[in-house]
Amino acid sequence: MAKRIDVSGLTAYYGSHKAIEDISMSIEPRSVTAFIGPSGCGKSTFLRTLNRMHEVTPGGRVEGKVMLDNEDLYASGVDPVSVRRTIGMVFQRPNPFPTMSIYDNVAAGLRLNGSYKKSELDDVVEKSLKGANLWNEVKDRLNRPGSGLSGGQQQRLCIARAIAVEPKVLLMDEPCSALDPISTLAIEDLIGELKEQFTIVIVTHNMQQAARVSDRTAFFNLAAIGQPGKLVEIDDTERIFSNPSVQATEDYISGRFG
Amino acid sequence: MEKPVITTPLPGGTLKQPRLPRWAPAGLAVLSAAVGVGIGLAADLASRVQWGLIAALFYIVATHVLATVVEGKRQAKDRLVTSLVWVSFLVAVIPLASLIWETIVRGVKVLDVYFLTHSMNGVITLQPGGGIYHAIIGTVEQVGLATLIAAPIGLLTAIYLVEYGTGRLAKAVTFFVDVMTGIPSIVAGLFILSFWIIVLDFGYSGFAGAMALAILMMPIVVRSTEEMLKLVPNELREASLALGVPKWRTILKVVLPTAIGGITTGVMLAVARIAGESAPILLLVFGSQAINGNPFEGAQSSLPYYIYEQWANGNEASYDRAWAAALVLIAFVMILNLVARGIARWKAPKTGR
Repeated sequence: MAKRIDVSGLTAYYGSHKAIEDISMSIEPRSVTAFIGPSGCGKSTFLRTLNRMHEVTPGGRVEGKVMLDNEDLYASGVDPVSVRRTIGMVFQRPNPFPTMSIYDNVAAGLRLNGSYKKSELDDVVEKSLKGANLWNEVKDRLNRPGSGLSGGQQQRLCIARAIAVEPKVLLMDEPCSALDPISTLAIEDLIGELKEQFTIVIVTHNMQQAARVSDRTAFFNLAAIGQPGKLVEIDDTERIFSNPSVQATEDYISGRFG
Repeated sequence: MEKPVITTPLPGGTLKQPRLPRWAPAGLAVLSAAVGVGIGLAADLASRVQWGLIAALFYIVATHVLATVVEGKRQAKDRLVTSLVWVSFLVAVIPLASLIWETIVRGVKVLDVYFLTHSMNGVITLQPGGGIYHAIIGTVEQVGLATLIAAPIGLLTAIYLVEYGTGRLAKAVTFFVDVMTGIPSIVAGLFILSFWIIVLDFGYSGFAGAMALAILMMPIVVRSTEEMLKLVPNELREASLALGVPKWRTILKVVLPTAIGGITTGVMLAVARIAGESAPILLLVFGSQAINGNPFEGAQSSLPYYIYEQWANGNEASYDRAWAAALVLIAFVMILNLVARGIARWKAPKTGR
């Protein structure tokens, strides 16, 4: 059920400002691809172009192609809503819906998209919460508000919410940056399990995290201040962290720059 | 780089400084009150307001001087601002409290079940008796209809402005909403009078009044709803969109429920605002002594109109009725507000574990 993504010649704008320029890469199915690079280099922007969330920002527009298996996400006639159902997203800050209970949060994606039987929903909620390693902690209080959980639990709730709609690809935008090391570890373990089923793309500022969880790593950088962000290189994580082919990558990873 | 100069070295090199005792503000307040009364009596000032102002002024000055002497400049400034805040608070609260007190004391005189359940039909204005049943019905129906017209339009306008509106149209709408906020109620009344009653030749009715009230209510609803929708974090919208939920469902199921508490409060405040309007009622509903349950035909009364009418009669029995009606009107608005707060609290995003 996981799908591969091929990006070619992708350029994204905020109004007249060009945020990222001419990015091409392939993202393998059933693997974890990590994006690293300094702040403001367009990692998150690029991630958001992969499920057409970029255009939600006022003035956001995209040129180029993003192929999901053999379908272009930006072809005319493609409904961004169905793209987002196929490619889920987890954000930097945990953002459970404050008016909904834990159960309703997980069921939100399904409920808001159509009507389901209670028993079906029960199954999906249990499966998703188990998938997000949260079931044991919340199974006795599914009807309590989701915002009452701790930060790490909330983020796993958001992951459960994202996988409940059974996407093919899961995009994660710095999912651990607001969390403590123990919650981070829980989520990293989870990513390791999830890659069995999903294609996972993760943006992170944490080098060790990229090295720990990802199979492939892409390094983004700005040519200069005010210039659009570019993809410097993408390769197997092991190679990027031991013997990258571009000097800038090595400088960044070893902390000599950025 | 210049070194920062410490202008006021700590005396004796310790962190401890002389402080006024904790009872100082209260003691000074009592003293100020005494001074106010004393000067007032001595100078034979007739106005009690002057006594109060003298006391307030004395309190502010005395606190500042005392604090400067004992505690130093910075604390004196702190005390000065604190006492200013307290005095302003009292100046604001005293009229409100006295208004409510006055209305209650004078209003309860004739307020009873009979008063609430009978109209003024056939009652001679000079004599006690009669009631406000017809006015209550009028107010409830007119305000209800106005809310039915204004709340949905205002809500949808606000949703447009916050969720969809970009560019010129949104700016124009915002501008006209601002202009509408400033429309005097009598002008709204005249507009409906010239359009609905003179041009289209409908008669006086509660509905005509409700339309004028709706004009007054709409901008308030738009403004408050807009503010509430802006408070909804963008992350929630993005979370919902990223789940593949269409925009309209995101607004309906995520944005609105998150803001519903504030929106309800806003609508209720708008209701409270129009419930006290008398000018459009005077022009469009005409006023009546009898019960008329049909808001779409014939003259009705309303509580503000009733108060005006009874006061204009100019005799003791009518004054009593006017005060009682005023009390009922205040209670009506207050109950609505309490209900709104209840709804807001019940619907507000929950945080408990």
